[in-house]
Amino acid sequence: MAVNTGNVAELVGSNEQTILPEWIELQKKAGSLQTGRITENELASQSREFLHLLRDGLSRGGSEVSNSAYGPAKQMLADVSRSRALQGFSPSETATFVFSLKQPIFNVLNRNTTLSPAQAAELTWSVTLLLDELGLYTLEVFQKSREEVIVRQQREIAELSTPVVKLWDGILALPLIGTLDSQRTQVVMENLLQTVVETEAEIAIIDITGVPTVDTLTAQHLLKTVAAARLMGADCIISGIRPQIAQTMVHLGVELNVISKATLADALALALERTGRAVTRLKKATPASGQNKMSAEKGQ
Amino acid sequence: MTTLKTERLDIRSSDDVVRVRQLTRTMALAAGLGLVDQTKIITAASELARNTLDYGGGGFVLAELVEASARRGLRLTFEDKGPGIPDVEAAMKDGFTSGKGMGLGLGGAKRLSNEFSIHSQPGEGTKVVIARWK
Repeated sequence: MAVNTGNVAELVGSNEQTILPEWIELQKKAGSLQTGRITENELASQSREFLHLLRDGLSRGGSEVSNSAYGPAKQMLADVSRSRALQGFSPSETATFVFSLKQPIFNVLNRNTTLSPAQAAELTWSVTLLLDELGLYTLEVFQKSREEVIVRQQREIAELSTPVVKLWDGILALPLIGTLDSQRTQVVMENLLQTVVETEAEIAIIDITGVPTVDTLTAQHLLKTVAAARLMGADCIISGIRPQIAQTMVHLGVELNVISKATLADALALALERTGRAVTRLKKATPASGQNKMSAEKGQ
Repeated sequence: MTTLKTERLDIRSSDDVVRVRQLTRTMALAAGLGLVDQTKIITAASELARNTLDYGGGGFVLAELVEASARRGLRLTFEDKGPGIPDVEAAMKDGFTSGKGMGLGLGGAKRLSNEFSIHSQPGEGTKVVIARWK
């Protein structure tokens, strides 16, 4: 349905001074400024710019949003939407930007006496469709921007959580945290093998205190990592298997043919022993603070 | 037996397996399961969810918080419309796998649950129900 939206464009153009304040007022009422993430000036200039672009679109593009005349308006909506997504606006706050423009435009159409009621109704309807579509477009961009944020965070988490640390000469520790899926296992394995080569490590301690669930796939990944490290000449010790995990693994029927220790400290002690070292106490521990002494004296 | 709460979750990607584990944890807490029982049912759920995904081509899980004679428990139903399992008895044996896994998932899930039932029709899909009681 091709509707001549040129009329609307003219009306919007000539009534900008009534539409704009009314629109901004509605946005403020909807709480656009409450959170203080954008200033009133920014809101006003965004609104003015979008109204101009919409007018240009209406004058040449008819009622089809896909028309290239709406390109600049959509581009601007995309920018606004993206920046609001990053600033932490809610989807409805973002969509309100477009949807709240309906009423001021309807008011102008209604007040206009040169249009017949039928014409006014037809134009109102096509403007509704147009603004709905632009609003949905805004939400789509918003959604996409949020997804980009999530993907970026996932990547950051993946990089963050797989450090290989050197505990002693020839002894490495790999504290695993979170879920061990195939992708992360790959990263973990690469990091570990690379560090084994660089530090000429003999023993690698894989600590799984931070792994919430050990199912058969996790176990398989662990065993593969251990096998690969062995091929590089490093023996592995697995530490941090919590009691509930140990019981579960037994029921599951998983056998880790690897030396394991309950805590990282035990694993380190074993690793030191294997590399011909031991930790000894140099002198008797001294009472840590005066407080103990005082309470002891009081007791006498 | 009465059902107190039901949650449904689609299993379409490996992220969903993580979601199944989290849902199981929440429901297990609501059922009042101890730490060991929680870990067991979560691990069993993880195995079955991955089976649904890898061998069933995706499906869904139905998690129910159930109560029977003042005992609370958690019942999980995994369903897919995949190729089905031709020989269920063989599939239950440890070490059997048609893929690249360890072949411990099904048998392990059974040992980790109080109740276990499996129905599979080649060409129609597979349904596995497990339950863990307090």
